[in-house]
Amino acid sequence: MNVEQVLSQFQTTAEETCFHDRHLGPQILAGLNGKNWSLQDYVARGGYQALRKILGQDGSAPNPETGVAGMTQDQVIATVKESGLRGRGGAGFPTGLKWSFMPRQFPGQKYLVCNSDEGEPGTCKDREILQHNPHIVIEGMAIAAYAMGISVGYNYIHGEIFQSYERFEAALEEARAAGFLGNNIMGSTFSFQLHAAHGFGAYICGEETALLESLEGKKGQPRFKPPFPASFGLYGKPTTINNTETFAAVPWIIRNGGQAYLECGKPNNGGTKIFSVSGDVERPGNYEIPMGTPFSKLLELAGGVRKGRTLKAVIPGGSSSPVLPADVIMQCTMDYDSIAKAGSMLGSGAVIVLDDSRCMVKSLQRLSYFYMHESCGQCTPCREGTGWLWRMVDRIERGEGRPSDLALLDNVAENIMGRTICALGDAAAMPVRGMIKHFRHEFEHHITQKTCMVPAYV
Amino acid sequence: MSSEATHHSAPLSAEVFARFDREVAKYPADQKQSAVMACLSIAQQEQGYVSAESERAIAKLLDMAPMAVHEVTTFYNMYNQHPVGKFKINVCTNLPCQLRNGQGALMHLAQKLGIEVGGTTADGVFTLQPGECMGACADAPVLLVNDRTMCSYMSNDKLDQLVDGLRAAKE
Repeated sequence: MNVEQVLSQFQTTAEETCFHDRHLGPQILAGLNGKNWSLQDYVARGGYQALRKILGQDGSAPNPETGVAGMTQDQVIATVKESGLRGRGGAGFPTGLKWSFMPRQFPGQKYLVCNSDEGEPGTCKDREILQHNPHIVIEGMAIAAYAMGISVGYNYIHGEIFQSYERFEAALEEARAAGFLGNNIMGSTFSFQLHAAHGFGAYICGEETALLESLEGKKGQPRFKPPFPASFGLYGKPTTINNTETFAAVPWIIRNGGQAYLECGKPNNGGTKIFSVSGDVERPGNYEIPMGTPFSKLLELAGGVRKGRTLKAVIPGGSSSPVLPADVIMQCTMDYDSIAKAGSMLGSGAVIVLDDSRCMVKSLQRLSYFYMHESCGQCTPCREGTGWLWRMVDRIERGEGRPSDLALLDNVAENIMGRTICALGDAAAMPVRGMIKHFRHEFEHHITQKTCMVPAYV
Repeated sequence: MSSEATHHSAPLSAEVFARFDREVAKYPADQKQSAVMACLSIAQQEQGYVSAESERAIAKLLDMAPMAVHEVTTFYNMYNQHPVGKFKINVCTNLPCQLRNGQGALMHLAQKLGIEVGGTTADGVFTLQPGECMGACADAPVLLVNDRTMCSYMSNDKLDQLVDGLRAAKE
């Protein structure tokens, strides 16, 4: 065997994580099998119908008021607003509203950017979208570009998922050849050039202005805001940035209407969402389910907690969201509002499940190391504070903590929050505060007894 | 690595420069610097690491100061600033992976290869490094081979097969 053949034995088929029958009413992951990623297959699933619709190329009658077939820019944005779609990257900002911030009449170049720099621990959904349904992202981006009058776009993809980057590049070639990208798309006056770029190992580039810096060929250090990307983005030009899954949701919304999408979820939380379930469950994977589905149902879809164990806690929205104990999360539904009300964040929809064998001090120790490692070093509270947090959690874990450490941890975390250019500082501080809030007794036990309450970290 | 001071890399090949051109073409003519991330990773793919010579060649192509290229090389975790083994293995040990034996997978490989984490085998075939989140948490334990190929569900048996397979692989 050559090297390629050796490595091919260890590639995932995604049968367990993506192509299972445990999605509920999927839109983005529907009908995928790992072999049907290409343009021909996507079109057979109804792909590019939404782009045809807005460009008036789907055979429907012209609008009686305007006499023109297709949808206007305002109609597309209004439809997305009506859908209740909120940003799937973590912040949950209303997508239609973001699109309306773009100064469409700006005479110079404007840019559209897709944030596929998926590195929030626990999150593994964009990789599968790009790998198995790349054209849905291309179509979503083309629709967004049309709505905002943008002619050039980039998809910035996490360096670690290089195979998905290559897959997306292949899909771009197909879309260009078929006339869904390029000049005068489907004979219209709309032109859109789309390219792929990749990162190379920097969590911070998931922050949108760090991503822009990286796309400009620099260190990925976040920018001061304001100005926001809508006025000063890529190369200083107006730029709209959305997450991969956000763009992937758009074609369905255009085909079926904003109201229909909203009704898939619950008010203020429209549509379906892909939840990446990792950790102590029988079947880790991605589950596309309606917003507002009870957490208990999601846990059931993921096969429940590992056999022989019980649920201890869940980090519901990626590693930076505060942990929720079992009794709290079991009362939640999976949507922005319910998780926020419980004191955490839906974030990117990355659900990290911890069972009763897990020591929360040890779990936090690993997360704190991560934030220290990934702090870009630009702001003192984050650069110094993340190291301070990690060193304290680390010594508590090793049985060398001091009685004053818990108050100090809280104090350092509080002094990071809100005092940095970007949200990485907050992202490092929130898990610390969440863990101490809900599992203080475990930290105290480590400090006073110099040992772990849960010795079976297996 | 004591050899790094005397290590000189060969010039980048014509094929590499052709790939650089395809990356440069993605960006506006006055924004060639945007291609630096891709160019560095292509240079690394050919030579195993990013040498000062490669940085200078890329700087010249993209009208950048060599130090601006070096800033990029040193900011992003995946660029190798020094030669590494023929196969660089990065094992994710972040929390979601740790919950499914990611740390154990790293330790198993260290034992199997007889090296410390961060080290390179004496025959120069393997370098072993820990990694941060690769965005494949449901496939844990996961690892990357030479930056571009992700291996999933890496039980200890599979780790042994991977190492033995790569050692025996034909060119």
